[in-house]
Amino acid sequence: MRPAPFRVVRNRRETHDTRTFTLEPVAAGARFTFQAGQFNMLYAPGVGEAAISMSGRAGTVREVAHTIRAVGRVTRTLQRLERGDVLGLRGPFGAPWPVSLAEGRDVLVVGGGIGLAPLRPALRQILERRERFGRVSLLYGARSPRDILFAKEIETWRGRFEADIEVTVDRASPGWRGPVGVVTTLIPRAHFDPDRTAAFVCGPETMMYFTVRELARRGVPHAQVWISMERNMRCGIGLCGHCQFGPWFVCKDGPVFRYDRVASLLGVHEL
Amino acid sequence: MHTLEPIIAELPLFKGMKPEHIQLIAACAANVRFEAGEFLGREGQPADRFWVIRQGRVALEIHAPGRGSITLQTIGEDDVVGWSWLIPPHQLRFDIHAVTETRALMFDGKCLHRKSTTDHELGHELLRRFAQVIVRRLEAMSLQLLDLYGDHRGEHD
Repeated sequence: MRPAPFRVVRNRRETHDTRTFTLEPVAAGARFTFQAGQFNMLYAPGVGEAAISMSGRAGTVREVAHTIRAVGRVTRTLQRLERGDVLGLRGPFGAPWPVSLAEGRDVLVVGGGIGLAPLRPALRQILERRERFGRVSLLYGARSPRDILFAKEIETWRGRFEADIEVTVDRASPGWRGPVGVVTTLIPRAHFDPDRTAAFVCGPETMMYFTVRELARRGVPHAQVWISMERNMRCGIGLCGHCQFGPWFVCKDGPVFRYDRVASLLGVHEL
Repeated sequence: MHTLEPIIAELPLFKGMKPEHIQLIAACAANVRFEAGEFLGREGQPADRFWVIRQGRVALEIHAPGRGSITLQTIGEDDVVGWSWLIPPHQLRFDIHAVTETRALMFDGKCLHRKSTTDHELGHELLRRFAQVIVRRLEAMSLQLLDLYGDHRGEHD
């Protein structure tokens, strides 16, 4: 599958090490269709490809946003791209967040660090169709106040929508008056009915593991929790095997998995 | 019936305890209020009480020379502040600082120790429940120490 040329429309700084790129197809009039939770393989010419989740409005769109943290050669190169630069895009790939399954239920969105980026399209969909859902809660944990992703948008959500939004940091800085502690500490006080809650969780695997454990303490069964996994994805189409996870390919069967399908595999160190 | 009993009986810390034990606990309890910025206690002070937060948020802090006060964790609604009243040498290990205006139930540790001396089942139940609080707090602290959101690639190369 060949990368299609996409042009950088905007490159916005989110935090000291994270930027959001908005891309549009070079082909005039072309549009792009994706679902919340899916990802693209972004190709930096001469450097390589990286799997990046889409972080903007889902659906059939002209502009596609990706939030990128510089952690390797490809992502560092992508971060240096400027408006008008062209890169390659293959996608969309992967299983999305089951937003429609969550209709009629309470929804708990739990994000950690950059994990909020793949959750953002789903959260936006839920908030824009607010009347279709029960209680909606966002619990977000960041390393420190300066690492909080989409900080201004979070405040907009707080003010504009009927949703419980809590943000905590692992390390406080002077002047921070919010909660301090890992995101799992927000779960005992969150307001939701465990029997009718759909939980979407994304972040470092350790964070997701302990989050699901805390949710289970509150009575949320594994079959009502979905997580977004990250593995070393190369082809994006389930052929190269790099992202194989037990019987699953994260690129094709995930990255969003219902937790009960992968729970037994997460404890296997060799995977 | 002490007016605090129904409130205490519903707190996660005490939920499911026998009514007679709730009555004993309530006799050692009082409503308290702290302004934002006020200290509930300072490191090194005698630990003869604990609190359950009803509304607001408190911070556990340490003071580091050259860095000032560092917040380790915050504790909010329905959560427990203080377990040093249970464990010798009964001294506060951190500063406890009200971040926001805070309402809490304060429990007199010496009163509860006295009641536990004559009612061992009460003592055992309090110890069992506080052990769970301590374990969960330690687990959360451990996760904080892992720096989950940091970039750790190459650490094990």
